[in-house]
Amino acid sequence: MIYSLCLILIGIGLYGILTKRNIVKIIIGFVIMEAGVHLLLILIGYRMQGEAPILQPGMKLSEFITRAVDPLPQALTLTSIVIGLGVLALMIAIAIRLYERYKTFDITEMRRLKG
Amino acid sequence: MNHLIPLFIAVPLGAAFFIPLVSRHVKWVPDVFGNLTMFSLAAMSFYTIGQSEVYHLGAWQTPIGIDLRLDGLSSLLLIAINVIGLAATLYSVAYMRIFTSKLRYYSLFLIMVTGMNGVVLTADLFNLYIFMEMAAIASYALVGFGCEHEELEASFKYLVLGSLATLFVLIGVALLYGMTGSLNMAQVATSMQSAAQAAQGTMAKPYIFALGLFICGFALKSALVPFHAWLPDAYQSAPAPISAMLSGVLTKTIGVYVLARLLFNVFGISQQLLLILQILGALSMVVGVLLAIGQWDMKRLFAYHSISQIGYVVLALGLGTPLGIIGGLYHLVNHSVFKSLLFLNAGAVEYSTGTRDLKRLGGLNQALPITGKTSLVASMSIAGIPPFNGFWSKLIIIIACVQAGYYWLAAWAVFVSLVTLASFLKVQKYAFLDAAKMALAKIQHTPFFMGLSMVVLAILCVVTSLAVLSGFDAPVLIAPAADVLIKGLITL
Amino acid sequence: MTGMSLIVKTVCRWLKGFILLFGVYIVLYGHLTPGGGFSGGVIIACAFILIFLAEGKLVETKIFSKNVAGELDSVGILIFWAAALTGLFCGGVYFKNFITTAAESHFKLFSSGIIPICNIGIGLKVGASLFVVFVILAAVKIVVPKKSDNINDHEEDEK
Repeated sequence: MIYSLCLILIGIGLYGILTKRNIVKIIIGFVIMEAGVHLLLILIGYRMQGEAPILQPGMKLSEFITRAVDPLPQALTLTSIVIGLGVLALMIAIAIRLYERYKTFDITEMRRLKG
Repeated sequence: MNHLIPLFIAVPLGAAFFIPLVSRHVKWVPDVFGNLTMFSLAAMSFYTIGQSEVYHLGAWQTPIGIDLRLDGLSSLLLIAINVIGLAATLYSVAYMRIFTSKLRYYSLFLIMVTGMNGVVLTADLFNLYIFMEMAAIASYALVGFGCEHEELEASFKYLVLGSLATLFVLIGVALLYGMTGSLNMAQVATSMQSAAQAAQGTMAKPYIFALGLFICGFALKSALVPFHAWLPDAYQSAPAPISAMLSGVLTKTIGVYVLARLLFNVFGISQQLLLILQILGALSMVVGVLLAIGQWDMKRLFAYHSISQIGYVVLALGLGTPLGIIGGLYHLVNHSVFKSLLFLNAGAVEYSTGTRDLKRLGGLNQALPITGKTSLVASMSIAGIPPFNGFWSKLIIIIACVQAGYYWLAAWAVFVSLVTLASFLKVQKYAFLDAAKMALAKIQHTPFFMGLSMVVLAILCVVTSLAVLSGFDAPVLIAPAADVLIKGLITL
Repeated sequence: MTGMSLIVKTVCRWLKGFILLFGVYIVLYGHLTPGGGFSGGVIIACAFILIFLAEGKLVETKIFSKNVAGELDSVGILIFWAAALTGLFCGGVYFKNFITTAAESHFKLFSSGIIPICNIGIGLKVGASLFVVFVILAAVKIVVPKKSDNINDHEEDEK
């Protein structure tokens, strides 16, 4: 099943986020997981042998509906890619600042907050 | 059509981008403009009382366009968000002087308010995700606003866990869309119900998977106990008004509110879901309060109490009875008032003395009279001493537990309340009553605006307790909000 | 920093206009062809980032300073916002499509209502803010540390 590939990607990303100690690797894990989610979103709207959801003049609407790909998940994916970009930029900015302060990317050495 | 509804999103958004445009050269613009915006929003939010309607953006009808939905629950949350936001901005006029850039602060603050208002008003699952992410990203940046070791560390932790939560939510939204073919909450609810009826009352597996993802995601956002790791760090490191906003309204809006909305109004509540809510709530209550006892940092102590009080709210919602839901929502509002007041107090103490360590403070009642008195009010509220609001909502929750037959939950709630009282006696003793351990003469006085916003919130602590005058089972404002949840699935 | 070699600089100088033009085209024709505000804005930002990379960090202040970019960023989102609010005041509903009579005669470019206006706003916003993000992340050692806060506004773009 092709959906399981997305789940594998999401799983890899989750594994990276949860087990890695390097900040950059955590960020990469996050990006992989996000890619998996986006692929899942796209797949939900996909249709075998479908065509682009653009209504050309001369097409019959009822026939068009049975053949076109669902356009909504594509719009959703685009939006969520944009949001992912914002989160990614913020993550990298914080990672750079953290490196400036602690001189390391290892999260096990950043332990000022406890208790 | 009620044109106030889109303005709740449009006004703070416009102001958020208008401020950086004009205030690079004019220094007073961010303060004045931020406060004016929040004041007008708070005033507008009172006009939404008692109204309920669906607003079609761009006049597109429901299956095609995007809807905003205003009902009792949304209007309750709108009032809470915007009033607490006004208090926080008033406070920041003086407090944020110790940070560098007020311009960016107000811009991010207003974006956060935009996101929260949007979450409360939207009737569309994907827009819910967008607004949630908007509020959340602004809050990640605001937590790390100081750019020092602790702030950055807390911000990164919050950022990773928060983004994980939103990804869970996004997968859930995708699954729901794949199964029902719609993103409108009412349509999703309707088609899920008909699918369940066709299958003799059992939910299909993707729905259950999506439900699990939603519960994990929103429990992460609202920091219920197995998922609470980020919260103490974030609250401790953020600037005080931001801690107040995060604890007072952000976790409630993008955590508890959305969870309640989805479980009660979209999925339809069932016995197993109620059990999950009860377990989460009871765990959060006791773990939060037990961890709080040992803390010596004021803000960190308050942060753990935040977990415990959110536990009360979730537990009460998990009872599922009308009285339980009323108690939960009432406690939600009360908690947002007194907990933001407590965080503002902690900020005032830090502003004046330069430390939040309870072991080094003492005798502040003489030096900071306003902070001392308002923090006494807030402590009594959160511990449940009779004239204040916390007492009434806890009483309603305990009565609801007894009525629903969960005697051990009622005893549990009383026990947690007693431990809370002990913990706040400790705060009062060490910070405000004890003999002074530092030179009190050197302490800076509380600026006017900080005092003003704390006094306003202290008065609100008393005013919100008046809501029970119209009866335990029908407090003003709370009852219409609870009705929305009690009625179950929403329809078009 | 002085930038890369003469060849790179010259090629970039020739290319930047075409890239910019292509970005503007994508933004302006977003309602007719694939593309739109976001993709066009990214291309516009790429043109500036290319110059920035080739000419070195010092050029940033000359061609397109960070503050100007930040202001353009706000202007972009305000255009989008104004388009939505005008719908409220002219058409009576927020986000109402208030340019509806254009199809027959004069404003044929606006055949799709307010979408081109929104696209221009988004294009400005995305181009400027991507450039700001790049500058802040790339030039973090030179510029006095400031928080990159404007990056979190893209959400509204696609709404």
